[in-house]
Amino acid sequence: MLDKEFLVKVGLAEMLKGGVIMDVTNADQAKIAEDAGAVAVMALERIPADIRAQGGVARMSNPKLIKDIMATVSIPVMAKCRIGHFAEAQVLQSLGVDFIDESEVLTPADEANHIWKHDFKVPFVCGARDLGEALRRIAEGAALIRTKGEAGSGNIVEAVRHMRAVQKEIRRIQSLPDEELMSYAKNLGAPLDLVRYIKENGKLPVPNFSAGGIATPADAALMMQLGAETNFVGSGIFKSEDPAERAKAIVLATTHYDDPDIVAKASEGLGEAMPGLEMSSIPEEEMLQKRGW
Amino acid sequence: MNIGILALQGDFEMHARMIKKLGHTPVFVRYAHELNSCDKLIIPGGESTTMLKLIEKNSLRSDLLDFGRSRAVMGTCAGLIVLSREAGDLPHPSLNLIDLEVTRNAYGRQIDSFVDTIVFEADGQQMEVEGVFIRAPKISKLGPDVQPLAYHEREVVMAANDHILAATFHPELTDDVRIHEYFINKIG
Repeated sequence: MLDKEFLVKVGLAEMLKGGVIMDVTNADQAKIAEDAGAVAVMALERIPADIRAQGGVARMSNPKLIKDIMATVSIPVMAKCRIGHFAEAQVLQSLGVDFIDESEVLTPADEANHIWKHDFKVPFVCGARDLGEALRRIAEGAALIRTKGEAGSGNIVEAVRHMRAVQKEIRRIQSLPDEELMSYAKNLGAPLDLVRYIKENGKLPVPNFSAGGIATPADAALMMQLGAETNFVGSGIFKSEDPAERAKAIVLATTHYDDPDIVAKASEGLGEAMPGLEMSSIPEEEMLQKRGW
Repeated sequence: MNIGILALQGDFEMHARMIKKLGHTPVFVRYAHELNSCDKLIIPGGESTTMLKLIEKNSLRSDLLDFGRSRAVMGTCAGLIVLSREAGDLPHPSLNLIDLEVTRNAYGRQIDSFVDTIVFEADGQQMEVEGVFIRAPKISKLGPDVQPLAYHEREVVMAANDHILAATFHPELTDDVRIHEYFINKIG
């Protein structure tokens, strides 16, 4: 059994499994998300697609907005702080948010260090592009990992790349003899005890969700089949033509990810999805996934 | 025994882990026909509002009610809310398979979640068990046919009638199988 404090954090992540967590920018959207069957909402001022389009420094949301959303829905409310900005995280904890996302979608506050998340009572979720990054975040105290994908792109390709990278490294470690684990841990830049955990258990010690690019019910089903345990959907819902219907359809496709008949039915008559971006059209320095290490 | 676990959303895999530990077979249930092969059923933890919506969407309500009137069902946290008679403002009515009035998120938000020792009373014996409470509900009223089975600081945190067992905490998140064992051997 995990130590008690960490168990309580991971416990909430366990409750969110098999669900959809939706980005919302006001109380009305939060209500739409809850009514559509979201297991949690992410409260933020601008969704990633708009942050990308408008540029500038993206910071923690106004506490007033977060409190409005917390007062509107009964499901858990998450909020984002900048990478390394532990004072923003302290504010979010004092507001009583249920989960803090130390997120690459906001402009990083510290280019070298992430938050020491063990210092907090509220659980953290962090993004990762590969297993080494995931294990570093877990060592710092993250109770939930989400593969990063490319937020606000409406393109699933990066989410797939990152989920496959994590799964592939897990399979690799399982095949290694014990004497090769130290060297593998060194190359991953990950703590040895967590690498050993992966070898013994074949999975991360915390749940692994997917994020960054989900725009359709089929995208949601794809990520679940690739090993995601829940889907974060950011811009994909409220940048689409009919958010309420799309939100419901993505919830259904996440539950029944292995039943193509249901995913097909959920995809019918949804209106336009959010416009997507070709990865090659995003300049290197504007790739959100490269933030954090 | 085949123990069904409602697998629409939530920590159904954690329950499956416990069932396997006890030497029984977990069966994930998403559709009504999957209930046919189950001897008993577990409704897991998760988000009760999401779960109730998916129960409606999959037209599972009447089948769950039929199952729960004749066979044993256990619910933990959100599962307890789904099984209860009354649990406040929900998108669809709860199943009313056990006469409990429930207050959701009664301890507060995630920051108020905790692990603490609870006292489990079964067969005239008292046992101490670790209770994991995550944004947990509280039982505010027990009906006349409902027996309290576990307490945390004098509050009832687990109760049962003839064949429905409901807990406000998550025995599935620990390595202690005694509560699942009690459900399988003694309920129904």
